[in-house]
Amino acid sequence: MSKIVRTITNLFTPFILMFGLYVIIHGHITPGGGFQGGAVFASGIALLIVAFNSKKVQKYLKEHHLSVIESSGALMFIGLAFAGFATTFFFNVLVGSPIFGQIPPDGSNPGFIWTAGVIPLMNIAVGLKVIAGLSAIVLVMALSSSNVRIEE
Amino acid sequence: MRKIATISSLIIVVILFVACALLLHPFGQPPADMDDYIINNAQGETGANNVVSSVVFDYRGYDTLGEATILFTAVTAVVMLFRAKKEETV
Repeated sequence: MSKIVRTITNLFTPFILMFGLYVIIHGHITPGGGFQGGAVFASGIALLIVAFNSKKVQKYLKEHHLSVIESSGALMFIGLAFAGFATTFFFNVLVGSPIFGQIPPDGSNPGFIWTAGVIPLMNIAVGLKVIAGLSAIVLVMALSSSNVRIEE
Repeated sequence: MRKIATISSLIIVVILFVACALLLHPFGQPPADMDDYIINNAQGETGANNVVSSVVFDYRGYDTLGEATILFTAVTAVVMLFRAKKEETV
């Protein structure tokens, strides 16, 4: 791409990635969550691939690393779901416990971060999964269309 | 004989469908028991200020599990497809 696009990409990519992580981590307080923030993060990766070469991005972002991250996110999600298996599947065990256990007052309030039990952890798990999955899709398609051998 | 069996089974199926349609929730009225419960109790039970997030990850966790599985399958299929094509041509 042209020099203008590359300069603007250098300028904006950190902010896009950081906004994606913010949406994931604050999923239990503000609108958004794992899926939405992961999509924002992966769009930042897609911007990198469009502006620079997919070969250049592949140096830093290998496909097999992304596969490992995605699988670990899925395992973390299912593990958190099984954590409440003593009561029911997907029971919120961490409410009232010292980790993410605070319960906010009823109604609208200024936003307590240390709340919601298992939900922020599940947001992080789903966010890892969506980040790695969508980035892997974009990266593999770009590499395949540019005739570069995919590094296993 | 076969024709009679077909027609009678068809009639039974139609009667069952009509009965199910008549037994449905009255059209236009909100099913007030579930959503009111979630609106009133989600903040106290899960502790999340974002009620949508508490529904997606807590009350309807199975749905999110299915979505995550769909994404996983899609990624697996795309990676498998493009990798196979690559090894064939090279």
